[in-house]
Amino acid sequence: MTSHSLKPDVWVDQYADYLFNYAVSRVSDAEIAKDIVQETFLAGLKSAKNFKGDASERTWLIAILKRKVIDHYRKINSKKGKAEVRMTYSSSVDSEGDWLEEQVADPFSTLENDVIENEELGLAIQECIVKLPKKQARVFQMKTIQGVSTEDICNELEINPSNLWVMIHRSRSALMECLNKNWFNV
Amino acid sequence: MNSCEKAAIICNKAQYNEATLIEKIKLKFHIFICEKCYHFSKKNAKLTHLCNKAKLESLSEKDKENLKEVLNKTSNALHTK
Repeated sequence: MTSHSLKPDVWVDQYADYLFNYAVSRVSDAEIAKDIVQETFLAGLKSAKNFKGDASERTWLIAILKRKVIDHYRKINSKKGKAEVRMTYSSSVDSEGDWLEEQVADPFSTLENDVIENEELGLAIQECIVKLPKKQARVFQMKTIQGVSTEDICNELEINPSNLWVMIHRSRSALMECLNKNWFNV
Repeated sequence: MNSCEKAAIICNKAQYNEATLIEKIKLKFHIFICEKCYHFSKKNAKLTHLCNKAKLESLSEKDKENLKEVLNKTSNALHTK
């Protein structure tokens, strides 16, 4: 174990948001996603000695997270007692009869692709945010993702607004640079 | 601070709807005469668009602290075993 040794101490700073984004996109519930991230880290910690070091830590953690997401769905299914498949016929009045064919996915729709692309985009941005200096990353996340007001951020981090805008500028420039190749076709 | 740096700051503020009307006019004027800032402002708007589109989520600092605490406790427990 040389380049790929495990460092649980830095896990949270490095991967928590990345894993959280991934989990939210799978279970669409922030609270459940939070639990899944915690379970993933704990499972990682417990099986750290099984980590062969032939994958990066993040890939390894994502693999664990995927298992946890499956476990989550199994659990909610068994709570109901069974995995039920329900066929609901359309109740809208303007459809002529209960034709199942009417509910089949539109083969020309690209909506699904958008969802997948947005997920990839989210993970790509998250990867770039992790590369920022810690304080810049924090300011950027508070401002952009959590939508905290400038005043509140300044109070909490004890900085003045011009510091804040300089940090925002640096982080945004770095993100543009980092995302450049794949996501900016300008 | 030169005019390009000023323009960049206003451009960033504008991404969060925090630029005043006068600032926005100044920015528009500067972009009109400065090609570099024109491109920067284009890319900056694109970044805002991408961030919105990605529906980013992040854990709060408090959640992260809690997470670290839990991990450290478990890690210590594992090591003392």
